[in-house]
Amino acid sequence: MSTVSVALSHSQMQRSPSHTATIYLKEAKYEFLKNLRLRVYTASVLSFPLMFYVLFGLVLNSKQAIGGTAVPTYLIATYGTFGVMGASLFGTAAGLASDRGLGWLEVKRASPMPPFAYFAAKVITSMIFSAIIVLALFALGFTLGGVRMPLADFLRLLATLVAGSLPFSAMGLALGYFTGPNSAPAAINLIYLPMSFCSGLWVPFMFLPKVVRQIALVLPPYHLSQLALGIVGAGRHESNATHWEVLLGFTMICLGVARIGFQRDQGKLYG
Amino acid sequence: MIAALEQPQQTDTANSELIVASLEGVDKNYGDVRALRGVDFRVRAGELVALLGPNGAGKTTAVKLLLGLMQPNSGRVRVFGVDPTNPENRMRTGAMLQVGRVPETLRVCEHIDLFSSYYQKPMAPAEILAAAGLERLADRKFGDLSGGQRQRVLFALAICGDPDFLFLDEPTVGLDVEARRMLWDEIRKMVARGKTVLLTTHYLQEADALADRVAVINQGEIIAEGTPSEIKAKTAGKRIRCITSLSVNILRQIPGVTAVKEDREAFELNAVEAEPVVRELLERDAKLSALEVTSAGLEEAFLALTSETVRDGTIPINRTYSPEGMR
Repeated sequence: MSTVSVALSHSQMQRSPSHTATIYLKEAKYEFLKNLRLRVYTASVLSFPLMFYVLFGLVLNSKQAIGGTAVPTYLIATYGTFGVMGASLFGTAAGLASDRGLGWLEVKRASPMPPFAYFAAKVITSMIFSAIIVLALFALGFTLGGVRMPLADFLRLLATLVAGSLPFSAMGLALGYFTGPNSAPAAINLIYLPMSFCSGLWVPFMFLPKVVRQIALVLPPYHLSQLALGIVGAGRHESNATHWEVLLGFTMICLGVARIGFQRDQGKLYG
Repeated sequence: MIAALEQPQQTDTANSELIVASLEGVDKNYGDVRALRGVDFRVRAGELVALLGPNGAGKTTAVKLLLGLMQPNSGRVRVFGVDPTNPENRMRTGAMLQVGRVPETLRVCEHIDLFSSYYQKPMAPAEILAAAGLERLADRKFGDLSGGQRQRVLFALAICGDPDFLFLDEPTVGLDVEARRMLWDEIRKMVARGKTVLLTTHYLQEADALADRVAVINQGEIIAEGTPSEIKAKTAGKRIRCITSLSVNILRQIPGVTAVKEDREAFELNAVEAEPVVRELLERDAKLSALEVTSAGLEEAFLALTSETVRDGTIPINRTYSPEGMR
């Protein structure tokens, strides 16, 4: 009996690819609008890296150079990494933890929403905010800090940093599954701020204590910032392949953890 | 009923014998807490069934099982003849669940636009707004709405896909009388359009006002099932108040007495029928005074049903409730 009714409904209910694409687009559009209008999100995620950049890159130190790269250029790479990390972690973890903990995700799961659209929307939104932050940093540097670079380098920098949103979005999904609506922001800050410091996003890497520099080698933001710094001629000349591998490995681990959380929520493990 | 399950054309809502959804011998535990125990429950096409019970009775658990949001520990859950996790089922169902927080920065029309996009044949946006009474609120952000308005948005999201089967989990909880009646009207319109509706509530009055059939659930078990008037007949009765020297134990043993409560200097007895009990009382205690007989209210009737699940004549005075908030 069930086979018959499934077969019947299957032909009626199958979505066309364009319908599925429309759902993904709308899900992403509204996720973006939701965060854009959320002052807590935009204020912390956008304004912190920009404020830091204006203060430390444009008001102070703007005439100095770090290893041959002017400070305003150098700091686009590091505050860019910092901004991408914040936008991605807060964009995924805080929203997911709140949606999970306060029942909204259940309403969505009870609807015919393709489950993956929900996650894709969060990741895409994080990438868009990441791009906005990098573009804003560059616009400030270009107009006020005399930052100049070949267009190809600028595009590579932008693409690298936006791609760098992925490992942190994955980390955010994992965090979002294992924190509650109230604990998520605190948990994010507890990870995000020390990691930023240890990876040389606030204080240039060579000025960090030796112990911290050794810790940095296992931190994903270190590897993303080194990729970005490499483009502006201020990297530590390690292999780019290694940086990408670390970021990819980290992404896979986080997605694995997020998957455990996802299945736990579906009741497959403990149901 | 089981035979009806074998029929493939489940969309035929005209046939009221078709089973749209069923829980068959379902147990669901949360750790040591037994949320549902051996529940058998069926929803027929085109009817509005109310699952009535106090907080923590297992109503929301039943709804979540039927929506495929969780799995039973044992027993079988079927919706449209198949497992409820079947993605196609979700095209034909709509759900209004209890939500702590809905994204507040999106506008009403945006929420509706997004949820409508999930479905194959959604209702037109204007139609959805009208059905939920939200015409004038379409451009408001969710965060700017009152409690009643928020519930109406959740209702709109449940109906936007024009589903055959609608789940309403405590749709009017926390609403004032006016907002509640407004939502009742909308729910009645859905039934009039041939939808099947499963409603959970802890208001007997709500079940009475809306449902074709009521299942009373308490501590994870269905303890009574029938039309609202059958349920009321089973439980409602008279309340007898009097001052008497008879002991609680003797009072409880009088045939027809369903509950005894001490109230200051007097006793309050609930009984199916007043006359035989009063006759008995006067016979046993000639000095009985301050006799009053009133009709028990609907809420009392419901309490009487849910307070004692074992009907062996020894009825506890203290009503036991499951812990609050457990779903």
